Amino acid sequence: MKFTLSWLKEHLDTDATLDEITYALTDLGLEVEGVENPAEKLAGFTLGKVTHAEKHPDADRLRVCTVETDDGPQQIICGAPNAREGITVVVCKPGQYVPGIDTTIKVGKIRGVESFGMMASERELELSDEHDGIIELPSGEVGESFADWLAANKPDKTDPVIDIAITPNRPDALGVRGVARDLAARGLGTLKPALVEPVKGGFESPVKVSIDADVLDKGCPVFMGRTIKGVKNGPSPQWLQDRLRAIGLRPISALVDITNFMTYDRNRPLHVFDVAKVNGDLRVHFAEGGETLTALDDKEYTLDAGMMAISDDTGVESIAGIMGGLATGCTEDTTEVFLESAYWDPITIAMAGRKLKINSDARYRFERGVDPAFTPEGLEMATRMILDLCGGEASDVVVAGAVPDTGRSYTLDPARVISLVGMDIPREEQVRILTDLGFSATGTGDTLEVWVPSWRPDVRGEADLVEEIARVASLTKLQGVPMPRASVGVAKPVLTPMQKRQGMARRTIAALGYNECVTYSFIDRKSAALFGGGSDDVMLGNPISSEMSHMRPTLLPSLLLAASKNQSRGFNDLALFEIGHGFEGGEPEEQKLLACGIRTGATAPRNAFGTRRDVDVFDAKADAEAALAAIGVSVGNLMVMRNAPEWFHPGRSAVLSLGPKNPLAVFGELHPKVLAEMDVKGPAVAFTLFLENAPFPKAKSKTRPALDISDYQAVERDFAFVVDGDLEVDKLLKAAKGADKKLIESVSLFDVFVLDDDKKSVAISVRIQPRSGTLTDKEIEAVAAQVIAKVEKATGATLRG
Amino acid sequence: MDGIQELKAKYLAEIADAGDENAIEAVRLAAVGKKGEVSLKMRELGKMTPEERKTAGPMLNALKDEINSAIAARKAALADAALEERLRAEWLDVTQPSRPRSEGTVHPISQVTEEIIAIFADLGYAVAEGPQIENDFYNFDALNIPPEHPARQEFDTFYMHRAEGDNRPPNVLRTHTSPVQIRHMEKHGAPCRIIAPGRVYRSDYDQTHTPMFHQVEGLAIDKDISMANLKWTLEEFCRAFFEVDNVELKFRASHFPFTEPSAEVDIKCSWTGGQLKIGEGDDWMEILGSGMVHPKVLEAAGVDPNEYQGFAFGMGIDRLAMLKYGIPDLRAFFDSDLRWLRHYGFAALDVPTIHGGISR
Repeated sequence: MKFTLSWLKEHLDTDATLDEITYALTDLGLEVEGVENPAEKLAGFTLGKVTHAEKHPDADRLRVCTVETDDGPQQIICGAPNAREGITVVVCKPGQYVPGIDTTIKVGKIRGVESFGMMASERELELSDEHDGIIELPSGEVGESFADWLAANKPDKTDPVIDIAITPNRPDALGVRGVARDLAARGLGTLKPALVEPVKGGFESPVKVSIDADVLDKGCPVFMGRTIKGVKNGPSPQWLQDRLRAIGLRPISALVDITNFMTYDRNRPLHVFDVAKVNGDLRVHFAEGGETLTALDDKEYTLDAGMMAISDDTGVESIAGIMGGLATGCTEDTTEVFLESAYWDPITIAMAGRKLKINSDARYRFERGVDPAFTPEGLEMATRMILDLCGGEASDVVVAGAVPDTGRSYTLDPARVISLVGMDIPREEQVRILTDLGFSATGTGDTLEVWVPSWRPDVRGEADLVEEIARVASLTKLQGVPMPRASVGVAKPVLTPMQKRQGMARRTIAALGYNECVTYSFIDRKSAALFGGGSDDVMLGNPISSEMSHMRPTLLPSLLLAASKNQSRGFNDLALFEIGHGFEGGEPEEQKLLACGIRTGATAPRNAFGTRRDVDVFDAKADAEAALAAIGVSVGNLMVMRNAPEWFHPGRSAVLSLGPKNPLAVFGELHPKVLAEMDVKGPAVAFTLFLENAPFPKAKSKTRPALDISDYQAVERDFAFVVDGDLEVDKLLKAAKGADKKLIESVSLFDVFVLDDDKKSVAISVRIQPRSGTLTDKEIEAVAAQVIAKVEKATGATLRG
Repeated sequence: MDGIQELKAKYLAEIADAGDENAIEAVRLAAVGKKGEVSLKMRELGKMTPEERKTAGPMLNALKDEINSAIAARKAALADAALEERLRAEWLDVTQPSRPRSEGTVHPISQVTEEIIAIFADLGYAVAEGPQIENDFYNFDALNIPPEHPARQEFDTFYMHRAEGDNRPPNVLRTHTSPVQIRHMEKHGAPCRIIAPGRVYRSDYDQTHTPMFHQVEGLAIDKDISMANLKWTLEEFCRAFFEVDNVELKFRASHFPFTEPSAEVDIKCSWTGGQLKIGEGDDWMEILGSGMVHPKVLEAAGVDPNEYQGFAFGMGIDRLAMLKYGIPDLRAFFDSDLRWLRHYGFAALDVPTIHGGISR
């Protein structure tokens, strides 16, 4: 919302400086977004007087002038036709920046004659587009500041424009008068009286008005207007044009400019019909749906059922409270108008405006709420302006419905200001603030009865009254007050087990060498579909782009996209991870917490030690296991199941499960087709942890089980077996481990190699830990024999000779 | 006894000349071995008179000891020399780069979130969470933003698709973390102190906006919590988070549908040479929005506004990260550029704590 300082001063009697006013506005909650002060650009330019002018010896159009300035007489060459002896001019001296030509003036020679500055035109100082000659002032002394001269003689030209952001709760501040009222309450002056003297009608309005009963109940409680005949709709006077132009509006004609003025001055949108184009009376009704209207913006709109319309005998002539129709709009030829002032229900206007996608000043204000009580006064005030500026004669006022009663009061306990806000403001000051804002506060007991003015639809209870008082008193003065700790003593931990788990997983995976990413939760449909998602359930209704249209089922596609981008930047060896949610459906509960990681390229950069190798599925497995271990899963107890989803390599992937139905993680090489689709260069491996699936330990005790170690020397025995090429080695290891549960402490795999004939050799080391005494050779041999027997039985292996 | 001095001179010379273990052993055998010259001489002691033995015995023992210790010393010297030689041979070019090890990083958003949690945990705030796909009750209605309120349009909301014929209002991607307030109070009631960090979404994408970003919500409800407590809490937070002692905050009246009174909070700072310094200078920078929880919000969450009151605030985690760590571009947070992740990321073991400092 823009306005000029002089416009504000029409309502506010104040000596406050521009800085004081802008500070107060922001502090009051009317945040200043910008101030444009023309005087700033003019600082430094002073007045001079041309004491002598003669033709340039080498140029017909140039004149060599002697100009009396505050620095004494200066020689200035000038090309303006009006440069002549005796005129008072604006001098730009060497070193000064001239905004209109974006140049800093220098001493120079023009056609061989020295020139010490410039005499400015209006355009050069950005005062207007005038550039036919240099500025000639009717008064002013040599050396006087031009900005001061303008402020004294043409204040409009130096009028600062203030732009403030209005929060949705403050429709009253969408009019300059509302802004002035806030400033007056703050103590920055007094609000000037603005009595509206009604205009007595001289005849009966030929246009009558009515409101359908259903609209009267809900959408439009009052619709009033009057005819004004004999008007002349020429351009509006300069002051009005200047004012509108200053706030970025284009002056159109006196009638239109008056309605715009009312909109910005009083937050009172009005509409003016050309009576010559209206057929019969005006009726306010809900559209049946399907009616069309070409509005003042020259666009055709089709109304939906339930939108409010104003119709004459031929049909819809105006989209009520949003925009008038072109057919009945005013032109320069208009001589008889019907001036409309109505109150429209904010919600009905908001719904219609949103559907029609019309952003008009009227809609903006009616959907936030204009002052219903000002409906008749607004009509009278605009009538007077029309009569003043366009002439003519006004009819009686015709009214349908009645101004709604918005009168309401709330009980305010003055002590609430300190208990809620923590500011100690005396009762009388509270009453003073409320009164200045237009409330009336009465009461002699502990509490006040506070009546809300009709222009404050936002105030709906005691807390709102407290806010008004605190805001005007200035929250800047609020001093912090310590809060007692929530509990006495050492602070208790606050994280939930799942939050701790998430943190543990994050730092463990980072410690494994992965770089954490945070990527968008929405991806393109095709990528989502590659990973089992992309259905309409997870589709956005209004995505920002087709690249961000679906909530992702898992984080892997986002990481692959990140990998692809990094690869194209020349980084091929990547380890990226993210912790976040995957979305299985479009309802709030359909999200699950995942930790996903991918590795691409090689495990290490090229180096002199030869440790570089391609990443493989066992990297992903090791990472998944390490992260699971970190969150408290005993990895040794997990089942390795070959049912990884289809975006993994079918033969090089698996699910780590706690029982067949509770997957804790999946890992594997990514499917080559998926990599190709996602434009990622392989090799690439990945893992996903389903963080919410792992059970939390049941035991509450922190006590560790007793340490169980034996003092007797352990023995390691190696075995090599020949097994079928497709034997899963896990089976063999488990069989060996089970050969003697008491004595065999661990079994480890240390060699696997493929033999020619679909067979492979598997070498294991078995660690035998005696418990009750050193084992004899015979006893060790017995354990070894048992290992061989069990393994052979379980896997069909034969011991290699 | 005769010849002892000669023997001593002879064997010590031989020991000194011995160049390796074998030579020393040969000398040892010749001197003090079973049949060595010294041993043989000692055997002769038996044939001597007691007087002769008295002088000869100690002399021979001394000789034997001296030869033995000379042998030991010579052996040690040889071993040292051999080790010396080995070490010389084992010279390596240690300027060579070591075996590469990969170091992972934690994203600044995660790190800063943990910093925020650490600070508020010390003040007794638990961490609450809520879903990112929300229904419009939690995201709007319960927060005093009825369907046609103009404020709704200011959120640039992402709506979820609804199937044809499904006339329920569409779910939304939560536009703020405030719905967590409602969910938490519904479940746990009052009094409470929570923060709720997480992802939020708005349909806005330009130089300074991304369609997803991170907020942390704060909520403290009790019987006598005032806006002055809010200010203190935020001052304490900023002091701890920005790790400067003199933080100055300014409350500025504003409007949020879910708080009343509402205030935007500015922090005093200086900008010099593109560098931000908190706690210095004369500039004010807006860092968050806050206020006293609106009675209607308490009501919507099942808390009696006549009994309880309190404050709520919301701030951008990404923005806090940018301000604290001088990260210039918001969009880069979500680009996963490896160079960015390495440069702005944090070490895996760099866990923020109150006792050890929020940052290294």
